[in-house]
Amino acid sequence: MLRRSLNRLLGGDERRVDNRTIYIGHQSFPVNEAFIPPKFCDNRIVSSKYTVWNFLPKNLFEQFRRIANFYFLIIFLVQVIVDTPTSPVTSGLPLFFVITVTAIKQGYEDWLRHKADREVNKSTVKVLENGEETSKESEKIKVGDIVEVTENDTFPCDLILLQSSRDDGTCFVTTASLDGESNHKTHYTVPDIERDLQSLSATIECEQPQPDLYKFNGRMHIYKNDQEPTVRSLGPENLLLKGATLKNTQKICGVAVYTGMETKMALNYQGKSQKRSVVEKSINAFLLVYLCILVSKALVCTTLKYVWQNKPGQDEPWYNEKTQKEKDTNLYLKMFTDFLSFMVLFNFIIPVSMYVTVEMQKFLGSFFITWDKDFFDPEIQEGALVNTSDLNEELGQVEYIFTDKTGTLTQNNMEFIECCIDGFQYKHRGACSELDGFCVTDGPVNKLQQKAGREREELFLRALCLCHTVQVKESTEQARSQGEDCIDQVDGLPVEDEALQPPQEERGFIASSPDEIALVKGAMRYGFTFLGLESKTMKILNRNKDVEMYELLHVLNFDPVRRRMSVIVRSRSGDTLLFCKGADSSIFPRVRQEEVERIRMHVERNATDGYRTLCVAYKHLSEEEYAQADEGLREARLALQDREEKLMAVYNQVETGMNLLGATAVEDRLQEEAAETMEALQGAGMKVWVLTGDKMETAKSTCYACGLFQKRTELLELTVRTLEDGGRKREDRLHELLSEYHKKAVQDAPPVKAGGSRGRFFGKQDYGFIIDGPSLSIVLSSSSESNSNLYKNLFLQICQNCTAVLCCRMAPLQKAQIVKMVKNCKGSPITLSIGDGANDVSMILEAHVGIGIKGKEGRQAVRNSDYAIPKLKHLKKLLLAHGHLYYVRIAHLVQYFFYKNLCFILPQFLYQFFCGYSQQPLYDAAYLTMYNICFTSMPILAYSLFEQHICIEFLLKNANLYSEVAKNAMLRWELFLYWTLLGVFHGLVFFFGVRFLFGNPALQDNGQVFGNWSYGTIVFTVLVFTVTLKLALDTRHWTWINHFVIWGSLAFYVFFSFFWGGIIWPFQKHQRLYFVFANMLSSVSAWLVIILLILLSLLPEILLVVLRKPRGPYARKLSEDDLLQSSRLQPSHHCPIST
Amino acid sequence: MMASSYNAKEEDGHHPGSSNHGGTGPSSSKKPDNTAFKQQRLPAWQPILTAGTVLPAFFIIGLIFIPIGIGLYVTSNNIKEFEIDYTGVEPDSPCYICAQNFSWNSTTPCICTVNFTLQQPFENNVYMYYGLSNFYQNHRRYVKSRDDKQLNGDLNNLEDPSSDCEPYRKIGGKAVAPCGAIANSLFNDTLDLSYVESNGTLNSIDLQRKGIAWWTDKHVKFKNPAGSNLSVAFQNTVMPVNWRNPVYNLDPSDPDNNGFINEDFIVWMRTAALPTFRKLYRIIPKKSGAASTLPSGSYRLKIAYNYPVLSFDGRKRMILSTISWMGGKNPFLGIAYITVGSICFFLGIVLLIINHKYGNRSSSADIPN
Repeated sequence: MLRRSLNRLLGGDERRVDNRTIYIGHQSFPVNEAFIPPKFCDNRIVSSKYTVWNFLPKNLFEQFRRIANFYFLIIFLVQVIVDTPTSPVTSGLPLFFVITVTAIKQGYEDWLRHKADREVNKSTVKVLENGEETSKESEKIKVGDIVEVTENDTFPCDLILLQSSRDDGTCFVTTASLDGESNHKTHYTVPDIERDLQSLSATIECEQPQPDLYKFNGRMHIYKNDQEPTVRSLGPENLLLKGATLKNTQKICGVAVYTGMETKMALNYQGKSQKRSVVEKSINAFLLVYLCILVSKALVCTTLKYVWQNKPGQDEPWYNEKTQKEKDTNLYLKMFTDFLSFMVLFNFIIPVSMYVTVEMQKFLGSFFITWDKDFFDPEIQEGALVNTSDLNEELGQVEYIFTDKTGTLTQNNMEFIECCIDGFQYKHRGACSELDGFCVTDGPVNKLQQKAGREREELFLRALCLCHTVQVKESTEQARSQGEDCIDQVDGLPVEDEALQPPQEERGFIASSPDEIALVKGAMRYGFTFLGLESKTMKILNRNKDVEMYELLHVLNFDPVRRRMSVIVRSRSGDTLLFCKGADSSIFPRVRQEEVERIRMHVERNATDGYRTLCVAYKHLSEEEYAQADEGLREARLALQDREEKLMAVYNQVETGMNLLGATAVEDRLQEEAAETMEALQGAGMKVWVLTGDKMETAKSTCYACGLFQKRTELLELTVRTLEDGGRKREDRLHELLSEYHKKAVQDAPPVKAGGSRGRFFGKQDYGFIIDGPSLSIVLSSSSESNSNLYKNLFLQICQNCTAVLCCRMAPLQKAQIVKMVKNCKGSPITLSIGDGANDVSMILEAHVGIGIKGKEGRQAVRNSDYAIPKLKHLKKLLLAHGHLYYVRIAHLVQYFFYKNLCFILPQFLYQFFCGYSQQPLYDAAYLTMYNICFTSMPILAYSLFEQHICIEFLLKNANLYSEVAKNAMLRWELFLYWTLLGVFHGLVFFFGVRFLFGNPALQDNGQVFGNWSYGTIVFTVLVFTVTLKLALDTRHWTWINHFVIWGSLAFYVFFSFFWGGIIWPFQKHQRLYFVFANMLSSVSAWLVIILLILLSLLPEILLVVLRKPRGPYARKLSEDDLLQSSRLQPSHHCPIST
Repeated sequence: MMASSYNAKEEDGHHPGSSNHGGTGPSSSKKPDNTAFKQQRLPAWQPILTAGTVLPAFFIIGLIFIPIGIGLYVTSNNIKEFEIDYTGVEPDSPCYICAQNFSWNSTTPCICTVNFTLQQPFENNVYMYYGLSNFYQNHRRYVKSRDDKQLNGDLNNLEDPSSDCEPYRKIGGKAVAPCGAIANSLFNDTLDLSYVESNGTLNSIDLQRKGIAWWTDKHVKFKNPAGSNLSVAFQNTVMPVNWRNPVYNLDPSDPDNNGFINEDFIVWMRTAALPTFRKLYRIIPKKSGAASTLPSGSYRLKIAYNYPVLSFDGRKRMILSTISWMGGKNPFLGIAYITVGSICFFLGIVLLIINHKYGNRSSSADIPN
């Protein structure tokens, strides 16, 4: 009866949105009640965009959504439909070319995605079905299937662990590809499950999929032969996530709860939206301006045309009658087609070729990143990788850098640095240190070369050996067969000093925290080797090569609130000992106070050095003390309610009155040149935020180590700890803290000069801000909307005024949230995310520029990044040199392109005033088409590939140069206006110069006259020469390629003109240019006017260059001296006395 | 994308360090070449435009341009040009009657004579132009209204001209040769120049019809259709509606100047750039000896007034001009050169002063740094 109602209840649950019910192994219940198998999505992962069928329409649609492509399509259609002055080929051909190339590229990329999807979806997994093991394709896994996974395999979907090959019902998992934590996590089977999974009859009731990796709530109902179903609660420790890898466990069985796109991994995945650079946005804005110019030009011409035609005799003089068709056309239709014709005539003002050139520039330019040998890392034998070339210039615009900590800032490679026993410092000096390598460099009392008592020393080392949860990797053969595999894991710590102690070092250690391994290894250096844990017995090899055995009685696990852990062991001699290690703040109050001062000094000094410090304490437990603790612990462990609290109480009770033994310092070694890189980036005006999933202490020490926080930096902390300080509601406290920090950092601080070097303000208080994941989620998802906005604003303002911000305990999605928040804040700064792990993928995708580090934690960061570099230190050159140059190059390219087309089309526009607004082109069709394709495209392409207005070394040396191009400085409206005015000026000069010359068209010394095509050709010649020479004036870095291309283009123009005018072209209807160019050159006047106009056009340009001798945007008096020095120092190198 | 990325991790987890490095492509798996090109270290010339380098340039430009400008100006000024408007708008002008009474149907041309006086003698070759104003030869509809294939002697196009020639393509089913608006509106005034001797006798001046068109046009671009006889070649065509003579009879005096290669016709076919233009009409060759080509004195221009321009408010002129190495009279170039040269020179001086001051300032400003 009860079961029936329960089933009904379950059915009801199933219909509710917030729960799902899973029937393990799809077993129907003994009851005959009909149940509808719930529908869940299959385990297929779909990341591709197109299918074969929808590729063409969808891709074309996507492409024509681009404003430029759409515009060209319209122009093309107009040319096809309406009788226009130029042939449809002139715009159709380039458009077709662009569209086809893009479609092929995108199709290829999607094909790659299909392939990758297929690989994942078709991979075989073992599924238990009706007692038999069958192989299935991964995509066919259904919710409720029992899946078997073997060691080192990734879980194909989210599983509830049912069975493990390990005796204790645990399995080890590394979630490196999910959250970046590469340590081994222990997961537990659901208790009370029969060994034979076939006979298992159970349902799981759990929440609907949600992206939080660390949250899971569920219940399992186990039905046993007509007994009451037993209910077990399920937590995150039972859930194995898709993407995680099984380690150190032969095989496990689990039941699929979330599949396919509903797995936590998939939910944490953010679609790779197309990133657009600021430059592209600028282009679009400029495009609109030019579109307006174009439309207004066409409108003006159309209007004037009809005004002009109204005068008698103008519209249709006797010598120029209209065709019958023209006469019949409706006036308004004619006006409209006239308007369109003008549009077509002037459409070259927005050139297709600019998009082609920009694409080519980006594509070719990105090779310089891959080719850069400075990015080559000999360790992994790889250089940089460019995944998208669309964002090259964005590298020069970065304002915020979001960096992952582990593996990015640090090497994720803990090393034992030193310890302090009883106030004596023991520094491990590299490989040469022997047992007596202990020495004292400083101490409370200046006891040089003295040591703590031998007994204390050994006790300390024993504590290090015993107080941990490290396991020795069981099968060394297996490890060896896997080659480098164990090196890749944090636990299989790279065996650096193998030569020193070969037998011991060969063993791999596995632990949930790399620090513990470092400590065990540290102890090993001093002669105490942890041999392993065998059936509750810990074995230690001591200095005398004797094996000591300790019975492990209890492990008082580490937790972030207590911030310490303890073990209770019983030695052979029967002593019961408690060893405890933990953060200084949590140990000091629990030890005898007289010992504290001696140690505190070391700890503080080590902490400021950026080391991770731990204090070690011990305590003798008498029989009755132990008995009491033992009882308390057992009781608390069995408690069904408030287990945590009860355990905590017992822990706190046991861990009191200890004796402080000493402290350790472990270094998470920073990446090479991490501090220098950070300094350079900050010097370049970028703000560095560290986003990490790691613990706050660790992260903080890293920040200190790489110089993001400094001694005088005042830290503003917004963490669970500070929030719970007052004992009040978190949100109230949050409000209070935020306002307080805001007052401190924002209101009291002097206003920061925008755009200036925001690096270090000497003499001014530096602030560092620390926030952790839970606090952030309160900030972001406050109860009320208005509060949430207020908090967000306060938070952002505080952060913007801090020199560095540290966000710890971040879930991957939270990282992305932060990036998104900063990205969308006022001024929409350009953000860059850099990381190496899968946990960074979402933020890499979210930021404007995502950089992947080719680190140890796999490749998904690299795959999802826009750029990948082997090491953090490469970021400096990537941004300061490559980014800066790319930005300058492309900004100049864009401005130049608009300019050159404006002064190309303006004479054509002006000519309409002299030809009765009849849409008569000034230039021949060949010139119209070739201008952007052949005559003027190559020099600017070469410029945009090779220009180095400041040489790379100088850029690297002077980080502040970077901030000079910040905020899209070279594409600001003022500069755009300048270029536009320049274009207008040139256009006017070209047109009217020749206009005045043609006041008397008898320009040859034989009295013969020139016609309209000669007019156009002279204007065009002046135009081609002027725009090319204008670029030559702007070129600061003339390689042979620049020479070749610039002079080559001009020569090509002359050659082409001769050629084009030298032959009666059979396929051409009109031989307009026949010998026009040659005749032009035979006229001295034409020569003279060409020279004059070119010079006149360039005169203001030259003048400006000279007048802005302090070099306009690149002005820096301060650096002039450096410059001289640097060029003096490196006389051999082509370092410019930059201009 | 997602699958690929996570899948990559799976692979990497299994075989790190070994196989996966090839996945990024062969180009990045090996050390990048240390070539100057790939490392962006190509040797480069890095010019710096400073006042020091530009100042001399300014002065040099000034020094070159001003003399050229003066030379051009003087040359232009030495060119003698005489222009007379014979449209006949004003009632007292000699061609007023012809202009007013113009009719397309009249078979005999209206003749008017204009007397004028040359104050100075014209030396060397003198070129006679006709000028038209407000005549849009550069109108798009007009410019394209021709068939270059037909004009090049293509027989197909001769009898089936291009549609561009509409509405001057065919008349009554017969092709127009030469077709199109340009040909149809060929300038057909006849200008005869006579020197009025002091005794009142008219001394007709020999006007040379050859050499007024571009050589290449006359010999390559324009060709008569093949055929022993021009009138036979054109037998299946009709002449343009506004013409008085068929194309093979444009110049009765010279059989080689007929058909499409008639130079007057070729000159007309080269459409003018601007609505006010001049076209070369005749050349008055230099007389042997020291005598001026056109001595100063009275002249009479006899005009066969065939070409109506009043309907579109146009003007007709006759221009006599000598020619220099730079072409016809046009003071623009000279003035422009002098102006630009002066500007350069002036700027050079200004820059010199600025640079002098700035140089002092910057050097003093550098000291505290």
